[in-house]
Amino acid sequence: MLDKNGIAKRIAKEVKDGYYVNLGIGIPTLVANFVRDDIEVEFQSENGVLGMGPFPYQGEEDADIINAGKQTITTLPGASFFDSAMSFSMIRGQHVDLTILGAMEVAENGDIANWKIPGKMVKGMGGAMDLVASAENIIVAMMHTNKKGESKLLKKCSLPLTGVGCVKKIVTNLAVLEVTNKGFKLLERAPGITVEEIKKATEGTLIIEGEIPEMEIA
Amino acid sequence: MINKKIDTVQQAVEGVTDNMTLMLGGFGLCGIPENAIAELVKLGVQNLTCISNNAGVDDFGLGLLLQQRQIKKMISSYVGENDEFERQMLSGELEVELTPQGTLAEKCRAAQAGFPAFYTPAGYGTEVAEGKESREFNGKMYILEKAYEADFAFVKAWKGDEAGNLIFKGTARNFNPCMCGAAKITVAEVEELVPVGELDPNHIHIPGIFVQRIFQGKNYEKRIEQRTVRTR
Repeated sequence: MLDKNGIAKRIAKEVKDGYYVNLGIGIPTLVANFVRDDIEVEFQSENGVLGMGPFPYQGEEDADIINAGKQTITTLPGASFFDSAMSFSMIRGQHVDLTILGAMEVAENGDIANWKIPGKMVKGMGGAMDLVASAENIIVAMMHTNKKGESKLLKKCSLPLTGVGCVKKIVTNLAVLEVTNKGFKLLERAPGITVEEIKKATEGTLIIEGEIPEMEIA
Repeated sequence: MINKKIDTVQQAVEGVTDNMTLMLGGFGLCGIPENAIAELVKLGVQNLTCISNNAGVDDFGLGLLLQQRQIKKMISSYVGENDEFERQMLSGELEVELTPQGTLAEKCRAAQAGFPAFYTPAGYGTEVAEGKESREFNGKMYILEKAYEADFAFVKAWKGDEAGNLIFKGTARNFNPCMCGAAKITVAEVEELVPVGELDPNHIHIPGIFVQRIFQGKNYEKRIEQRTVRTR
């Protein structure tokens, strides 16, 4: 089974040379740590920066330079700042190549829910609805089951939706799956995880064709 | 030169009355109009509708107006980080309209640019689309979102001149440029107000035509919400 860093490591393999990438809060943020250093990638943060770098050294924090998680950051050579409307022009206009975000639930038709638990948590959607409605290439990073052990890969989402039919790929602590018009297609198993275990943890339709290889996470 | 300079923060909020709709720039606590917010608290205006991406934290930013129960309705994309906000929202004291972040920015920009409405894919098929017109373009579904109508926009810039020209710094830019000229009156506060001629016209982010009042802000706290660092 993978931990959060393991999920991030596997997703990092999906990041290709020349990509502009938007990373959501949580596991997606970790992906930046594992992208190969022989390729050129620029990270976009929807509050208005392209070319995000690592956290600043102690004492060099600048309150005017933060990411969408409100964390202090730095910029890399070639970076740019812009306003919120332009930031979402990049996103809505499909100029961003890859969006990686977390989810509370994903349905087998690609619906995603990640912004509201009625009566419990209502913090808002931030930029998530714009991102999922616009991006052509969306990868969801999440645990396969919730804290109660219930599947987060469902026939139909039970929580209020963030977007419809938009998720293409999911990387969890147990598996890599692709959303197809017939359901979740199992592509890879996490190290040490059997197909049976993935079946058990998946409520939605699971398509298993042939031998399912183990993930390579180098 | 048309002079937009005002000398006091009292003049900045002159004309703001109960029941008005205000736009306030900033993302989290980054690039918020600290001086104007403090003065709106002093002014004691009530029943405000505030359009701002976030609602501050309990004791800073728009949280200060919330503490005094001056806000009737909040229009935002994300409102975590604020317990008093959550309490008022769950108890029904505060009306909240959650709007996707890009839609919020564009509803400001549309008002600035003279568009009454626009279509966006964000929120299609979700609660956000309820009661809104939807339409297909090139095989994809979109919903109709309307431009905001606001009485005042309070924005924060890094540098400005007496003509109202503005330059922003880093990610403190965020919603501020989108809100300039998006309300009947735009009030800009700046860290450094310079005479005309000092700013290079090539470097201006927002031309003074979008700004009615500009003043030199004081005592910027610039609070950091998440101080993240790495070790050497």
